[in-house]
Amino acid sequence: MADLAIDPRMELNPPLVQGGMTYADVTEKVAAITEQAPPKQWYVVFGISVMLAGMLFASLGYLVVTGIGVWGNNSPVGWGWDITNFVWWIGIGHAGTLISAILFLFRQRWRTSINRAAEAMTLFAVACAGIYPLFHTGRPWRAAYWLFPMPNEALHMWQNFRSPLMWDVFAVSTYATVSALFWYVGLIPDLATLRDRAKTKIRQIIFGIMSFGWRGSARQWRHYELAYLLLAGLSTPLVLSVHSIVSFDFAVSIIPGWHTTIFPPYFVAGAIFSGFAMVVTLMVTARYVYNLQDLITIKHLENMCKVMLATGMMVGFAYGTEFFIAWYSANPFERFAFVNRAFGPYWWAYWSMILCNVISPQFFWFKRFRTSIPVMFILSIFINIGMWFERFVIIATSLHRDFLPSSWGYFSPTIIDISTFVGTMGLFMTLFLLFLRFLPAIAISEVKGVLHHQINQQKGGAH
Amino acid sequence: MATLDRIIDRLPLPAFLKHEDAGKHYGVIGDFDTPEDLLRAIRTARAAGYSKLEAYTPFPIHGIDEALGEGRSPLGKIVIVCGLAGLTLAILLQWWTGAIDYPLVVAGKPLFAFEPSVPIMFELSVLLAAFGAVLGMLALNKLPQYYHPAFNYSKWAGATNDRFLLAIEAKDPRFSAEEAITFLNAAGSRHSELVEA
Repeated sequence: MADLAIDPRMELNPPLVQGGMTYADVTEKVAAITEQAPPKQWYVVFGISVMLAGMLFASLGYLVVTGIGVWGNNSPVGWGWDITNFVWWIGIGHAGTLISAILFLFRQRWRTSINRAAEAMTLFAVACAGIYPLFHTGRPWRAAYWLFPMPNEALHMWQNFRSPLMWDVFAVSTYATVSALFWYVGLIPDLATLRDRAKTKIRQIIFGIMSFGWRGSARQWRHYELAYLLLAGLSTPLVLSVHSIVSFDFAVSIIPGWHTTIFPPYFVAGAIFSGFAMVVTLMVTARYVYNLQDLITIKHLENMCKVMLATGMMVGFAYGTEFFIAWYSANPFERFAFVNRAFGPYWWAYWSMILCNVISPQFFWFKRFRTSIPVMFILSIFINIGMWFERFVIIATSLHRDFLPSSWGYFSPTIIDISTFVGTMGLFMTLFLLFLRFLPAIAISEVKGVLHHQINQQKGGAH
Repeated sequence: MATLDRIIDRLPLPAFLKHEDAGKHYGVIGDFDTPEDLLRAIRTARAAGYSKLEAYTPFPIHGIDEALGEGRSPLGKIVIVCGLAGLTLAILLQWWTGAIDYPLVVAGKPLFAFEPSVPIMFELSVLLAAFGAVLGMLALNKLPQYYHPAFNYSKWAGATNDRFLLAIEAKDPRFSAEEAITFLNAAGSRHSELVEA
């Protein structure tokens, strides 16, 4: 897109689209998924997901009528699973934006097969994340007045914009909005494709309205490509800012274990790490269920494994740096916080994190494991678990033993904490399965662009 | 569709709701197998003196803007203006609420300073710039536009699948339906037809 010349090294074998597909094959393969009844597995997984999502809403309903005491948060651990889950979900979303924006600017054409689904994953992950701060207010229907600068008669006051929590509100809501815009702009030409091949009037009308009457004229593509490029350019610093600002929630405080200058890059690397793990988990499954091996090739998956290896190493390096700085600072509270983190009552969480985040990605040094679907699937789940533990370790271990030993405590989740967390996974899967069922899960027009390039390469022609 | 249009055109509606060229022709559309064939046809058509050309393709074709003689999209300027508006809004919002309308000293910090205002300045700039990019793109493309004569082309569905369409519009001063059809066929079009407006 946007006259991006490509690094010739990216064009070496194997090709990005396999199986000798034509343009029409790409349309057929992707669009047919939305036009047929889904396979049986879809109904099974969807049924389970909807039930879990129901559990989420029941838990939230119980919280609203009872109070946020139904969660395990209490003094001294005032932030428990809610913020852990919030940061975890936001982090997962980051891979989608990284794939759609940063890899686009870096001209990594392999992203075209996975960007649409990864962006959808971002939206749904951010939606799940948003639930936690919203319901942590206890009165979600009034949260808008507390979170956003809305003039109102009830409070007669304004938010404190010097607080990182306010920055977080703006960062996350901007991120959600821009991700949704980016995703929808990408969808417009593909929705027009669905409109033009619609076999029923109702599909034609729905996709006609959704595609805004897109025609794919050269003049439209000209503005469209620039809009896409600009959105990628805007999303790139945005995605880096979001987790940086999320990390300010911690880093700007004075709690030992939180008050750390490396938090922004460390959080961003961790976010990309967990996000790619989630993309691999989902894409391996979708590829298998919908037979998309020609479009999502082993090369795509291997590249994602490489990203996981690199970001996993960064995260491991950050864990080491934190310990070094705690020792080097000679601050007894800082030193205690870190010794307590690894060897205190939460040692099991800390070492689970190390095992999942630092040890497990090391397998990706070997091509054999990078190209093995079962290995990458299992490791991606390990990484997701590890990244959840990372956030839990940062939050719970730093809070549970603060400066005054008389107020030390231990955080245990309640059943509602657990049902809410598992419930958000249900909501996430419900939304993702609906997306796979009804919208083109692969960016049809972008894949055709890659294919066009590939055809020219084979002919030896210039692009 | 044609019946509906005729009814609409008889109704006492403002002109912009009616088809300007009701009963006339949009032009001639031909379809090509590959982007290269399309580009070649565009260049030939321009050389032959046609000026009102439009191409419809399933994905953006590199070099088509140059072939059609199109310049750079002005969208960048719109986005810059929106981004700066967001920046200004963020500064005014944080300064006015924190230092003027509701001054409250928190932890002895100044009521307004640029350093803690940077995150929201950045976020609102990006937010408004992104809206500028999307809404600007739609506005420049005149979308949503649910009716367009090009949809009347009998093989339209190919335009969003695997065909590469070239339209010679009726408003072209050189336009003549027979000549345009002959021309497109000679240029390699598989199916050329006169399309109703």
